[in-house]
Amino acid sequence: MENKPEYIEDLRIIKKVMEESSRFLSLSGLSGIFAGLTALAGAAGAVFAFLDGDLILSDEMFSSKSLSEINRIKVGLMLLAGIVLVISIALSLWFSWKKSVKKSQRLWTPVSRKLLTNLIVPLFAGGVFIVIFLIHNEWQYILPSMLIFYGLSLVSATKFTYNDIFYLGLIEILSGLAAAALPSFGIIFWSFRVGLLHIVYGLLLYGKYER
Amino acid sequence: MKVDISGLSKFFENRVRLGIMSILIVNDSYDFNSLKAALGVTDGNLASHLRSLEESGLVSVNKKFIGKKPNTSYSATETGEKLFRTHLKALEQLIRKQ
Repeated sequence: MENKPEYIEDLRIIKKVMEESSRFLSLSGLSGIFAGLTALAGAAGAVFAFLDGDLILSDEMFSSKSLSEINRIKVGLMLLAGIVLVISIALSLWFSWKKSVKKSQRLWTPVSRKLLTNLIVPLFAGGVFIVIFLIHNEWQYILPSMLIFYGLSLVSATKFTYNDIFYLGLIEILSGLAAAALPSFGIIFWSFRVGLLHIVYGLLLYGKYER
Repeated sequence: MKVDISGLSKFFENRVRLGIMSILIVNDSYDFNSLKAALGVTDGNLASHLRSLEESGLVSVNKKFIGKKPNTSYSATETGEKLFRTHLKALEQLIRKQ
């Protein structure tokens, strides 16, 4: 059958073009690994620099401190969170860019724009929500809200990239709810889920799509 | 061996047109420049294939302006989608039979 390779090539092209135009596949597993490591380093920094090495938060911890000391801790924690965020985003952009060059794909496409929109909407809502908590001095639910909104943004972005992200998002949401129920354990939940999960997922994605 | 090729469409014998339709099937709409980059073809080549798809009623054109820049995006029509899916099914059957 002389036409066979022709048809097979046609089908291969259809599959490739469909996939590349509807899913952002330059997302690198390495981004996940390094985002996780950055998050863990940030959490460790928070615990040792600001929380006297205590993993479990309690009211007594704060009642023994003066108001200015507490404010110093709050500002420090926010700065630290900002630094972790910037480093993770920069690293994930860097690894995605490298992967897209390696696979000679483009980074800025209609599908990557959709992916970003779907990520940003829940993240932005969550960010504003957390700022409102800060203004009202409600600290208890900040960590759980981060987990929940981050999880939601992953779930909403998953249709434009690897399906695996869906489960990562789901686990983040569930652990956010658990953290809300047990607020004292917030840091443990946060480090475990965000840090370790990203590393595990990064390794998974890397092994599955990049080796 | 008898092969049923009734589902194959001559429109999609060309790889550029095949690529265009593949993209428009999985995306609601796609703009000219993104199509060009995704398929790696020249302006003229892409434009002529898009025109022929449009004239045959397989693709619809949506022209608008973003600021002062014209932005043309394309969508698959219902006819186009049906024809492409039939073509795809025929391709798959062909391969399975051989």
